[in-house]
Formats: sequence, C-alpha cells, structure tokens
Amino acid sequence: MSFQPVKFYQTGTFTVGNRLLPDGERSVQSTVRRHNSLNSGHRACQGCGEALGARYAIDAAMEVTGGQLIAANATGCLEVFSTPYPETSWQVPWIHSLFGNTAAVATGIAAALRVKGREDVRVVAQGGDGGTTDIGFGCLSGMFERNDDVLYICYDNGAYMNTGVQRSSATPPAARTATTAAVGSTPGNTFGQGKDLPAIAMAHGIPYVATATVSELRDLEAKVRRAMEFRGARYLHILVPCPLGWGHDSSLTIRMARLAHESGIFPVFEAENGEVTGVAKIRRQVPVEEYLKPQKRYAHLFSPRPNEDVIRRIQAQADRNIRRYRLLQDS
Amino acid sequence: MLKQIEGSHAVAEAVALCRPEVICAYPISPQTHIVEGLGEMVKAGELSPCEFINVESEFAAMSVAIGASAAGARAYTATASQGLLFMTEAVFNAAGMGLPIVMTVANRAIGAPINIWNDHTDSMSQRDCGWIQLFAETNQEALDLHIQAFRLAEELSLPVMVCMDGFILTHAYERVDMPTQEQVDAFLPPFEPRQVLDPQDPVSMGAMVGPEAFTEVRYLAHVKQMQALDLIPGWAEEFRKAFGRDSGGLMHQYRMEDADTVVVALGSVLGTIKDTVDGLREKGHRIGVLGITCFRPWPTSALRAALERARKVSVVEKAFGVGLGGIVSANVRTSYSGSLDDVFTVIAGLGGRPITRESLARAFTEVEQGTSAPLVFLDLNRAAVDRALARERESRRSGPIAEALLRDVGLVTAQLR
Amino acid sequence: MAVLEEEARLFQIRIHGRGGQGVVTAAEMLSVAAFLEGRHAQAFPSFGSERTGAPVVAYCRLDDREIRLREPILEPDAVIIQDPTLLHQVDVFGGLAKGAYIIINTSRSFADLGLADFIRDFPADRLVAVPATEIAMKHVGRPLPNAVLLGAFAAATGLISLESVGKAIREKFPAKVAEANIRAAADAFENVRHPAGATEHAQAD
Repeated sequence: MSFQPVKFYQTGTFTVGNRLLPDGERSVQSTVRRHNSLNSGHRACQGCGEALGARYAIDAAMEVTGGQLIAANATGCLEVFSTPYPETSWQVPWIHSLFGNTAAVATGIAAALRVKGREDVRVVAQGGDGGTTDIGFGCLSGMFERNDDVLYICYDNGAYMNTGVQRSSATPPAARTATTAAVGSTPGNTFGQGKDLPAIAMAHGIPYVATATVSELRDLEAKVRRAMEFRGARYLHILVPCPLGWGHDSSLTIRMARLAHESGIFPVFEAENGEVTGVAKIRRQVPVEEYLKPQKRYAHLFSPRPNEDVIRRIQAQADRNIRRYRLLQDS
Repeated sequence: MLKQIEGSHAVAEAVALCRPEVICAYPISPQTHIVEGLGEMVKAGELSPCEFINVESEFAAMSVAIGASAAGARAYTATASQGLLFMTEAVFNAAGMGLPIVMTVANRAIGAPINIWNDHTDSMSQRDCGWIQLFAETNQEALDLHIQAFRLAEELSLPVMVCMDGFILTHAYERVDMPTQEQVDAFLPPFEPRQVLDPQDPVSMGAMVGPEAFTEVRYLAHVKQMQALDLIPGWAEEFRKAFGRDSGGLMHQYRMEDADTVVVALGSVLGTIKDTVDGLREKGHRIGVLGITCFRPWPTSALRAALERARKVSVVEKAFGVGLGGIVSANVRTSYSGSLDDVFTVIAGLGGRPITRESLARAFTEVEQGTSAPLVFLDLNRAAVDRALARERESRRSGPIAEALLRDVGLVTAQLR
Repeated sequence: MAVLEEEARLFQIRIHGRGGQGVVTAAEMLSVAAFLEGRHAQAFPSFGSERTGAPVVAYCRLDDREIRLREPILEPDAVIIQDPTLLHQVDVFGGLAKGAYIIINTSRSFADLGLADFIRDFPADRLVAVPATEIAMKHVGRPLPNAVLLGAFAAATGLISLESVGKAIREKFPAKVAEANIRAAADAFENVRHPAGATEHAQAD
C-alpha cells in the first residue's frame, strides 16, 4: 500500500486548501459556501482537468451571481459525464442542446431573460475545444459579434476526447491523436498557426477575454468574477489537461497545466475591449521538454531518439508567446 | 378587419398578435418579408416586450429559439428550403426536447440545382423530425394556423411548423381578415411552460438517455402527436366560433359527397385543384377534393373515413422520394381501405413549375378512366429527359446535368412559364 | 380551355416591365384598388430573383368572389406594358385574346411600334398608348410609370375608379410621393378618356 505524503500549504501558493488566508481572500472552493454546482458522483475520468475547471468556474459564477445562473452546455465529455440518465451532477439549471450551437442556445436564454425582465439571472455557456473552436465556432462568433450577454467558457484539452482523442483545431503541433498518428515522416499533428480563439475573441472587440488554467485556481476564480462584472459577450478559455488524451498520469493534471503556463506554451492573460490588460507572469521558466515529456502524445519526440528539430519548433512557439505577452517577470 | 395585404405581412401581423417574446431571423427567400415585418414592429416598439435577434445562420436561429423556449419565452422563427436543411439538427433537437417553438416554413425547392421557387421538398424532408406540420391553403389560413399553432405547441409542449407555399402565398396580395388583439388573446392563453430553466428550481435539460429509456422517450413524442389528432378538430371548431371562419382542422373536404375519385393534396395548389374539379363536375365527373391541413401527425383514421367510398385516389404532391415516388401518396396508402393500386401519384409544381387547370384536368381524367400510370410527373418534358439520357450513353464526360439540360431546353429567364 | 362559366366575372391582368419600374407594386396597387371597391383581388409576382433592369412580370386577378386559382395568368384580359422595349425581348402578348386590353407606356402610336398587323382585329378602345414615363417625369420627377399606367387602366377598362387607384397609391407610397403619383395617374386617366388632349399633351412635351 502506498501513501501520499501530506503537505501543509502555505499562504502564497496557488492551491485549493488555502485555509490560512483571511476569509475574504479564500477561494470559493475552499469555503463551506461553495455551491458544488457540478456535484460529486459524476462519471469523469480520474484526474479530469475539465471536471475540475468546470467546478471551479461555475462555482465562482454561482458565488458572484448569488446563485442566479443558467448554464448551457455543448455536447462533449463534460455533458456526457455530468448527466448519465437519470442522474445529473448539475445543481444549476442546465441545458444541453447540440454540439455546435451552445453559444446560440445561451443567446436565446439571455434574450428570454431580458424580455422577462430577469437580467439578474446570468447565463454561461460552456464547451470543449471541439465544440468551441470547430463545430460551434460560427454560433460563437455570432454571439460575440452581437455582444449577447453571455459568458462563454471553453475547456480546452486539445482534442475530441469524448469520441476517442481525435484532432481538433486546438490540437497543438506534433501531438499524437487518433487522427494524427505518430507515424510517418512528420508524426503527430502538423505545424500551423493554430486557431488562437482568445485572439479571435478579442478581435470581435467584446468587453472581456481571458485565459486560465486549472493550476491557478485563484486566478481562474478572479477571472470569472471579473467577467461577471461586464454585460455583453465574454470569453474565458481554460486549459484543462486530459490524462486520457494527453497520456500523462492522472495525478499530474495540475502539474501539466502549470507547466503549460511556466513553459510559455499556454499564455495566461486577460483583455478588456480587445486590449490585453494583464498577464500571469512565469515565475520559473521551464523548457518545453519538461511539459512535453510526461505526455505520451509527445512520446515520439523523445523515443527512440529525441526529435530536436520538432522540439525546437515547439520551443520557438513558446518563446513567441513569452515575447508577445511579456510573460517573464522582468519583461 | 379585412385587409388587402401580402401573405408574408399577414403572417407577420398574426404572429405579432400572438405576442412572441423572442424572434430569430436569418434571411432566405421566400420567408424574408415575414421576419422583416416582425423586425420592423419590434424596432418601432409596436411589438413589446420582444427580442428580435439577427442570427448568423438558420442553425443559430433554431438554436436561439431552443434556448429562449427553454428559458420560458414564446419563441418564433421562419425559414425555407436550404435554411430548413441547415438547421435540421436543431429542428430535431427542439422536437426531442419538447420545446413549443413555432416556425413558418415558406416552402421552397431544395438544390442542387439551386432553385428559389416553390415546392414541398423542404418540409417533406423534415416530416419525421417530430414537429407538428400544418399546411396552409390560403393566406387567410396561413394567418389563422399561426394563431392555432402557438396554442397547440404550448398545450402539447411540441414544436409546430406552419408550411405555406413560398412566393405563391408569401408574395401574393390577397384579402385577409385580420383578427383583433382581443380575439387572439382570448384564444391563446399566456405561455405556461412544462419545463423551464429557473434558478429557483434547477433542472437539467437535454441529458443523455441510453437504451434503457430512449424508446420510452421517443414513444412519448409519438403519444403527444396522437394527442394533437384529438385536439385539433375541437380547436378548429372553437376557432370557427371565435373567429367566424373555417381554418385549420385535420383536413378540408370539397365536393366529396358522391365522389368516385378523390384528389388529395396539400397547400395552395388546392385552390387550383378546386377550380379544376368544378370544371370537371360541370362535365359530369364525380370527383372531389381532400385537402390535408395536418400532415404530421398523420390523420390516419379521419382520412380512412373520408376516403371510404372513393374508388380512385389521385394524390397531387409537390415533392417526391427519389427512388420511391410520392411521399404523401405513401402516407395515403396507409389510410386507404381500397386497393392500393387505386392510389395514383401526380408529382407537380417542382421548383415552381406552374400547375395549370388544363394539366390537372388531364391527369385526373386519366385516373378516372384507368389510363394513368401509377406515378406521373405532370408536364414532364420527356424529350429533354431522353436527350439527356442519350448524351450520357454517348459520352462518358457528358458534363454537368443541369447545365446541359438548360441548354437543351433553351430556357431564358424572361420566359413566362 | 373552357373551364368555368363563372370565369366571365374573372378579369386577369398581366403587367410587364423591368426590375426597378415598380411592376410588382403596380399589381399590388391594382389589387388594393379593387379590394377597396369590395371586390376580391389577387396580385402576385413572377417569382424570379429579379435584378434592376431585368424583365419582370406581375399578375393581378379581379373577381366578385374568392379567387382560388394559383396558376400564372396565361390568357390575360389586359396587359400593361411598362417598357415598350420589351416588345422585342419578351412574349408580352402571349395568350392574349383579340379584344383584350393592351396598355403600353409609349409616346408613339401602336403603328409606330410596329404592331399594326398584330392589333388589326382589336377594337380601338382596347388599345391604349400613354406616355406614362413623360407624365411621371412631369408630376413625380422620376421615370416611374407604374401608378400612371393604373390611371390609364382605370380610364380604359372602367373596372376600377380613379379614386380607388388614388387610395391604393396612398397605401404604397409616402404622402408627398403619393400625391404626385395621384396627380400623374389622374393626368393619364384624362389622357385616355380624352385622346385629343393626349395628342396635345404629347406634342406639348
């Protein structure tokens, strides 16, 4: 029988059980007031980053709205694992319609609330990267463009995990998926410019855009709170590691999210009205190998021999993020 | 109040009288004038409170309506043709969730080849999606059916599609009797949703259902449609008393009393058929007309009773199942007690081809005389088809089908017919 | 095809023009005018995706009872031709019986338009050439002949009154434009009722 060593978390760390903080600074998750909007008993995999991200985000939204919240959900892992008929984990009014229409469904809910004079009730829409950057992109762009009063949250795990890890437009270069096999002369996903949805959201000029990861709970909650201070279309893009799809140990979910940030692979920032207003600085920069190595989807980059060229290109992308968003402490 | 207005505007006014709360609009001919009219009323503050949302696609239009309806608002949209197909996934979804959305379908053909004119291929493609489908014969009926549709939808918690022939009705100026707000309010109670997204009473809608319950959920949808069959005749009667005219119901019968041959059809072509039948009656033909208003649910028993003494049935339809034949006729055959060989199909009016009394009279006479083929394409240019087939035999690369046929037929856009 | 005896009561009008000339509006106004006189009327366009300048057709049926027929008007009792250049492009006289009304927007005569042979058997009172564009320019300041020709139609057929045409015009146009069009329609009405004046009018222009 193995034991997990008990750690006593200190003020200043970014973990959940931060009991040493004054009450007002504690995260929603660490208080007895938390809503458990996504209740226990759901069917997510062990170490699921999306389940964690959704619970953090929706609980924070519930906190800030005083429980006056309605959620629309795209088809995908989150939808499937949270509502195995006849059970549901959702403690908020929640609707799943289709894979590609969640932003529009949320628009409809917001319109209904407006016409009924219930603008105290707020609307969130949520989906995975496939439901957001691919099939739901048209509806999402429409919702942004009309500036409908919806907070859209994308839980990005970089592939269609629900259907068995197929490539999405959010799948990073070189990553192995079921449809970008690690074979041939250029194994894994191709290199492209990617579909940078936070930047696309900003280009719509909507009031608030932010990125976050499940490793920085307090930052994530703060961004949900900030998002709720605005009316109109808002977009929150949360990186949520997937042990199944990424091929890392399920105990490493938080670490993988942190490494994505600390390596520069995933810039964490917020923007208002199309302008970046804040970035989460990298405290201890790590080379991308540290992020890539624990993930089986990148195993072909290290075995049988390191693929220096591809690793260099991934590092270059991280470096570009670091430059573009000034992610280092002294920049 | 009697008015001489365009069909689309009549429908827009009727929908406004139903106090919709959320209207989603995406332009596609020939439904545009309906949502344009409603948009203007909302913008001018004449229709309030109401949210008019210009969405980015028909898929979004139906999806916004789904969200609005789930949040307890009376939701309306309109579409046609490719638009209906583009929103198909959401159309099924609205029915599956039992959301009482009302949608006008301004019937139009489906491409390719692209064609903006009227036929019923769009609505027929959605006949099994779980929506109630009502077909209007005139602009008056289109207007009235919308008022009935909201009540039907909300009572049963099922979406209703009101189908009206694109251009032929939507763009026709004719006399309509516009009811008053008081009349409509008395007929249509406020929307009391069976299910609603409400923070005070959180529910999960659209959960995944596995094999253990899926059949039951689907069966319940069928049960609700069967309930509609019971409700519709009574409500049509109630409507007649309140508004003073026959509109809606399951079907309309015309000169059926001693008819040996019965023509079955849907939509605006019934007017031309009635005029044709009047002409044939004067020559001594015993022929009548059965207009189907309620296509889904299919009124099996009522139809069986109506067709009981018909020796021959001629079904005129503006769509067909490629590789099968008539769609409406296939439905009629389920409700006809006589020999199925006596149910004939006349495919007419595809892509806006005019349906004339002359051609109809010829087709009906052939059915009466027993000289009709089981499946007839009215006014088909057989020679052009034969030439196209010959070209395909002669050359492997015979080229794009539609282009070659158009060149062959020598159509110019300015041509009248 | 002899379909109905009642058809005697039915009067069918086909209007030819070009996209932008208000062809569809003309049919609609005609139906409104008839409606205002307590009759049934059905106006509908030829359902194309017309662009400015393209040939356009619109139809109008008038009857004393409900109009159920939805086929295009194949045998019109009257044709209104808003643009005489269509004579060489479109079969504007298709299905026209001898004795039907032909109302053409032109400052020329039927003979000048090369129609002498075609109209030989038509009664003279059925043939109306009216300079609708010129009349429209005079009163409205824009070459929109549609309302003007309705004035001519009212004068020639006596099926609707000039007053009803005026009311229909008011339903379709903003007040100022409507009044100008009503004056133009009245001018055309007089022009047809008193052809001598028309000649003078044409000469005066």
